[in-house]
Amino acid sequence: MKDKKLANKRSCLILGGTSEIGLAIANKFAENGFDLILAARNYDEVQKNANNINLRFNVKTDALKMDILDVTSQNKLIDELQFLPDIVVFSIGLLDKGKTAEENFEIAKEIIDVNFTYSLNILNKFAALFEARKFGAIIGIGSVAGDRGRKSNYIYGSAKAAFATYLSGLRNRLFQSNVRVITVKPGFVQTKMVAHLDLPKIITASPEKIAKDVYKAFVHKKDIVYSLKFYKLLMLIVYHIPEILFKRINL
Amino acid sequence: MEISGWGNFPKIEAEMVSDAYFSNIQEIVSKSSQIIPNGLLRSYGDSALGKFCFSSAKLNRFLLFDKESGLLTVESGVSLLEINKIFIPQGWFLPVTPGTQFVTIGGAIASDVHGKNHHKVGTFGNFVKSIKLLLPNSQIVDCNTNEDSEIFKATIGGIGLTGIILQAQIMLIPITSPLIEQTTLKSENLDELFENFSKYNNTTYSVAWIDTFSNNSQLGKGLLFLGEHFNAKDKENKSIEIKKTSKITIPFNFPSKTLNPFFLRIFNYLYYSKEFKKEKKSLVYFDKFFYPLDAINHWNRIYGKNGFAQYQFVVPIDNSKKAIVKIYQIMRDFGQGSFLTVLKQFGDENGFYLSFPNNGFTLAMDFAINRKTLEMFDAFDKIILEYGGRLYLTKDSRMSNKFFHKTYEDKIDKFKEIKSKVDSNNKFNSLQSKRLAL
Repeated sequence: MKDKKLANKRSCLILGGTSEIGLAIANKFAENGFDLILAARNYDEVQKNANNINLRFNVKTDALKMDILDVTSQNKLIDELQFLPDIVVFSIGLLDKGKTAEENFEIAKEIIDVNFTYSLNILNKFAALFEARKFGAIIGIGSVAGDRGRKSNYIYGSAKAAFATYLSGLRNRLFQSNVRVITVKPGFVQTKMVAHLDLPKIITASPEKIAKDVYKAFVHKKDIVYSLKFYKLLMLIVYHIPEILFKRINL
Repeated sequence: MEISGWGNFPKIEAEMVSDAYFSNIQEIVSKSSQIIPNGLLRSYGDSALGKFCFSSAKLNRFLLFDKESGLLTVESGVSLLEINKIFIPQGWFLPVTPGTQFVTIGGAIASDVHGKNHHKVGTFGNFVKSIKLLLPNSQIVDCNTNEDSEIFKATIGGIGLTGIILQAQIMLIPITSPLIEQTTLKSENLDELFENFSKYNNTTYSVAWIDTFSNNSQLGKGLLFLGEHFNAKDKENKSIEIKKTSKITIPFNFPSKTLNPFFLRIFNYLYYSKEFKKEKKSLVYFDKFFYPLDAINHWNRIYGKNGFAQYQFVVPIDNSKKAIVKIYQIMRDFGQGSFLTVLKQFGDENGFYLSFPNNGFTLAMDFAINRKTLEMFDAFDKIILEYGGRLYLTKDSRMSNKFFHKTYEDKIDKFKEIKSKVDSNNKFNSLQSKRLAL
């Protein structure tokens, strides 16, 4: 990294700069005048996304390559940063589809690695940098799937639960250093991750709606936000169903 | 899902897919047995309709802009509305624009759209510097006037039949203001209107509205709208604000009897009478000048659920007046009237194989679809054929294969030659291309 001081303008780094939620969040911050750095594994696509944001919102943008499952690539990303951004948004995720993760450990491991193990590593690095600077915000995209294990996606859910617990600890650790940690828990989102599921419209949010909620949470200094809001109530209920009953439910 | 063009006729049950990644789009194309690309579905008829459609919805990124030359690189699903919103405040404008902003770049190229400045600068295609095209065999090529120039010429105006347009480079033009200096001229008859067109042939933008219900000696009673970009002399106003205009929405399909001749007659009478003076000058915002109908969401619903068709023809200049008089005669015989009738003088034809404009006058008329209007269109066709004219594919939903081939005689062979080269299995086809054996 060339300069660890603050950028002149407010800036935001999106890890997962080709994910639909990540892009919607990038658009939202750009709309509010933030400069954007997008990082993703597919450099060609993330470059196009960065150019698009630059032209649409007239903010500075940069594109960087990063493979979440490669620690060297993570380190390289940090080296390549022109400056330390104000905000880091983590929106990389891998969903389990059907039974495969239960039967195949390699797949289960990849889900846990992407959603937790390697996420933890890169966020630890930013946490240390922000802590030293005594300023910053880390926004992690979790999932309501982490609130309670359901038979349809509990491997993904358990990784997301670990991620949420990690963010909670990070929030506690960084509070004194003026670094904020925001956990966002979307419910069903209309993205390609769930394009194969037939989802009821009323409980499905667009990536743009999630982005709006994320930005609001950032502005209002929230710790944990559900998007849609309805999920906060729903998950409260789901969370409190006794296990003896919950295990019989078909979810 | 059921889809249709802007005319709501015909309708078709279709599967729509979209993607932004070239590799995924290649896979979509190679796996499909037939496919047609589409954008915002603003073609009036069936040129963008098929059972399996690739929507450009997800190809909506701005990629590059050269502030020196005005060259803009975008993905094909970006709309003219988005381009105007971003670039007018920076002092750039579309070199050619049709009467609506709800058109994608891919659609504008595939229809080779024209605007009110055709007589000066030609079609949209003249400003397309290159196209990144996914061919029916899933190969991706960059084509322009030098490389793969024949594919380039077949794709501009080629109504989506040569492959999927992924990206394009468009040359924007510099402007100093979002305002247009508009002059409105009243004409009492067709002779006067034609005279006005030729008198003001040097004006950048021109288009006329005709009162459909004036006949005989009064035929051609109408308003000629002329426009020039307003030249903001003081450069203080660097940032050009786009004023928000209020919108009206047509909430549902009107009963099909709404647009009856009586209503149309009154509407046309009032529209003409709102201008008192012979000549009126005003300063208007670009959207009011170029896109008056965009202010009414779903204006197509006023024609009722059976839909409507726009009959737009061009006839060579020497025959234009005679053809228009005959078309009006037929319209009167059928007891029909068009809600909105627009006349425009075109400049020269270009070299794109299926492009519509040709040196002459073009007339566009809207009619609700019913048996009578379809019969009337057939009668119109005879006149168009007789006077050497042709119809705009983007507006068409009903012309016959035979009529099409006769009227596009000189252009069709070259197009078909390229089409069979790049798509020997005719994988890219639409309802229209099947009807017209394209």
